[in-house]
Amino acid sequence: MTKPSVNEFVLRIANVNGTGSASANTLVAKTIFRMGVSIGPKNMFPSNIQGLPTWYEIRVSQQGFTGRRGGVDFMVAFNGETLKSDAADVVAGGYILYDSSKFLSDAEKKKDVTYLGVPISDLAVTHFESVPKRIFLQNLIYVGVLARLLHLDQEVLMGLLSDQYAKAKDLLEANRQAIDIGARYCEEHFAYPLSFHVEKRPKPDKILLEGNDALALAALYAGATVCGWYPITPSTSVVEHFTRYCHKYRISAQGKKKFAIVQAEDEIASIGIVLGACWNGARAFTATSGPGISLMSEFFGYAYYAEVPAVIFNIQRCGPSTGMPTRSQQADLLLCAYASHGDTKHILLFPENPTECFELGMQAFDLADQLQTPVFVMSDLELGMNQFLCDPLQLKEGAAINRGKVRRAADLDKSQKPFYRYEDIDGDGIPYRSYPGESGKGAYFTRGSGHDRFGRYTESSELYQENLDRIRAKFEKARSTLPKPRYVEVEEARWLIVAFGSSIEPLREAICGLEEQGILLSLLCLKSFPFHPDCAAILDRYDHIIIVEQNQQGQMRTLMQAEGVLTPTARVHSVLHYSGNPIEAEFLKKHIQHIMGI
Amino acid sequence: MFSINVPRLKSIPKAKNSLGLSIDDYKGAPSTLCGGCGHDSITQAIVEACFELSIVPHQVAKMSGIGCSSKTPGYFLREAHGFNAVHGRMPSVTTGAYLANREMKYLAVSGDGDTGSIGLGQFMHAIRRQLNMVYIVENNGVYGLTKGQFSATADYATTNKKKEKNGWLPIDLVGLALELGASYVARAFSGDKAQLVPLIKGALSHKGFAFLDVLSPCVSFNNHQGSSKSYQHIRDKREAAFDAVDFVPPAKAIELDYQPGMQERVQLFDGSQVLLHKTDHSYDPTDVEKALAYLRQAKAKGEIATGLFYVDSSAEDFHTVYQTTEGPLRNLEEVDLSPGQVVLDKINDALR
Repeated sequence: MTKPSVNEFVLRIANVNGTGSASANTLVAKTIFRMGVSIGPKNMFPSNIQGLPTWYEIRVSQQGFTGRRGGVDFMVAFNGETLKSDAADVVAGGYILYDSSKFLSDAEKKKDVTYLGVPISDLAVTHFESVPKRIFLQNLIYVGVLARLLHLDQEVLMGLLSDQYAKAKDLLEANRQAIDIGARYCEEHFAYPLSFHVEKRPKPDKILLEGNDALALAALYAGATVCGWYPITPSTSVVEHFTRYCHKYRISAQGKKKFAIVQAEDEIASIGIVLGACWNGARAFTATSGPGISLMSEFFGYAYYAEVPAVIFNIQRCGPSTGMPTRSQQADLLLCAYASHGDTKHILLFPENPTECFELGMQAFDLADQLQTPVFVMSDLELGMNQFLCDPLQLKEGAAINRGKVRRAADLDKSQKPFYRYEDIDGDGIPYRSYPGESGKGAYFTRGSGHDRFGRYTESSELYQENLDRIRAKFEKARSTLPKPRYVEVEEARWLIVAFGSSIEPLREAICGLEEQGILLSLLCLKSFPFHPDCAAILDRYDHIIIVEQNQQGQMRTLMQAEGVLTPTARVHSVLHYSGNPIEAEFLKKHIQHIMGI
Repeated sequence: MFSINVPRLKSIPKAKNSLGLSIDDYKGAPSTLCGGCGHDSITQAIVEACFELSIVPHQVAKMSGIGCSSKTPGYFLREAHGFNAVHGRMPSVTTGAYLANREMKYLAVSGDGDTGSIGLGQFMHAIRRQLNMVYIVENNGVYGLTKGQFSATADYATTNKKKEKNGWLPIDLVGLALELGASYVARAFSGDKAQLVPLIKGALSHKGFAFLDVLSPCVSFNNHQGSSKSYQHIRDKREAAFDAVDFVPPAKAIELDYQPGMQERVQLFDGSQVLLHKTDHSYDPTDVEKALAYLRQAKAKGEIATGLFYVDSSAEDFHTVYQTTEGPLRNLEEVDLSPGQVVLDKINDALR
């Protein structure tokens, strides 16, 4: 494990949810980011409104590793209930800052770490009158202590605070005062800064963005006008961000809305709204999580078979059933890949950071229109609800929205031939569609029941099979048009790591760490399902393959085997992580080494 | 396709409407329902209503769910797009379609199983959202395609074809629609076209959620003695709030021969009027409380109330309330929708 040093350490804050700690913790993270040092903040929170344990971890890394490392160098143990287990995570030589208003005996203290007692609640009671201030400003007192110990830039910190409370001057003053109380206490009682602290660096051209925010921007820029949704953690903020952007950028000169967002009665209705809108020629999407996907499944089969475009942002969380709603997992792969009864298959995209959420999110709308089928963007809670250090968002130069094969009124009205909704005219399995309301010549009946090329009801085995086979061919031919995997080839490596989504960033650190020990590993980052034709060729080159995924049963491995890109042999291994918390580089290193027998 | 000989629908002289279309232009594929099915009469009434209103066929979206009733959009308006959704979910699909294009007419046909059971939630929420649509339930109290199970609208203590008694209370979709705020609510009988056609025309001309519960006997599974949805029972027990209904298009509304006290006229959003010939002088179709009371009284007497129970011609639809931009959302181009790289750069800056 990397030894803590200047601009290289892990800070974790243990708190109780519903006490305003989130804004205080974000203030610390953003200050470090503005000082030009790479950070990876992770919010680990309960499915609860107030009173349960919550943690906020900030990875500070000059080397640019922003995934979780494993272990903690500095713990703000502000939740008495979890103090013991929190202390256990602190590595030897680390620090624990705790509220010394309550007595903590030496017997309760861990021997190999330094305890820094600050009477935070006493200080709050002494300096503030009102109960809310006494509760909420405690968080700012520890921010003040951290500011000195970690050598946070005072100007940057105060600048951010002023921005945050620009419209509430009295709160700004109280927050400043609380930070000062903490800072003064630190100056009077502790040697500061610590050996590991933050030093200003030239700021890299990066942004700090949540995956859910990026997906909302993708929907905005891809021209989605309709959104049907139902609140479910961790997807809700996608729609909240989309709503915010629409009110800012989608209001007509007359003050009217160029969008329609409907909070539906459930997820079934949400996807029904999306299909209705897409069928009628708009771009539409929904954002949901596992339980929502289960409910929507019947409609996914419909959309597959009747060939209606749809975009689904699945922000995965811990299952099965309600599972752990505020914890992260990649466990909806099999569910989404073949959702609904009958022979179906769906397109899945796997972004690994918010910049890719934006890019693949936009591409999802094009693919849905081009292939006339649902497209799932498979994010997860970690990627969706945490801020990631990532590249600024950029529209592809010269790229325009691609609506796929649509026969519009002018074309239909002059045509001599009848319109066949489900005919493979171009040999790519993709038929032409028409928009309702444009021309009687383009009319057809969209149905989930057996249909022929024209869209007419049929129970003819021959016509039924012909249509079903065309749809399968459409998916087969589409594989090469889906996003390519990202392949990081290391010469002479005989082992290949396969991973996707939020596992990639901590994996990058693990692979670099192993390389320093002389262990060579190549990396294949999957971006889409059905698998791009490049995947099988790359996999074939390696003696050993390790698939890293965040679920218990190795769902990606199952998919790869089921789809024939991987033969189930002894050379295939799995690293499975399903604790619900973001995966750590140390965990990955340990398990990869174990598999390799090192 | 298998075929059972179905009696041809009554042929009508090939008159042309104001679009120069004949009634045949409003028809669809031949029905595959059982001969004598009430649903076919409703199909015919829809054809006539659309023809007489000179509706452009392709500007209608035909929406349905699953069941015998939901097959019928195939049998009318062949030049209109149709969407045969999954069971009970037509209202949400219609919501999405209507959000995408506010300028089309949404004509939905569902059944008592599709709406009263599996789709009850979606039906209720579509009313809440004030979709501008016509929602017809072809109500026969029975599941036909699965061969004769009771539906949720089957009356208490009525019997099925196997002579088993229904032990559960019925759901009255009309009462529900009134309670939830549908702005045009009527009940009709498939066997009375004189009442049904004007009610459909009124619904198509209304702006807001128009609900029509059309009693439509199932000749194969629910036309026996002991059923309250048989032709005989409906004919015996039908009680109309009005003995006849006329639909008067906007152009003729001014010269209407109107007799206050004996008649009630209701102006619709597009200027047309529904003329109601009163049998009960105190009935006021603009008063929802009176409508509910009338329904309850009829039910207590064992009568089947039909007619236009309630209409609010000043109702606002979703897009008016939501303040959606004029014209269909789906016609907006990339330039209207994407704020471009300049704005994206500003967004990036705020995240730096």
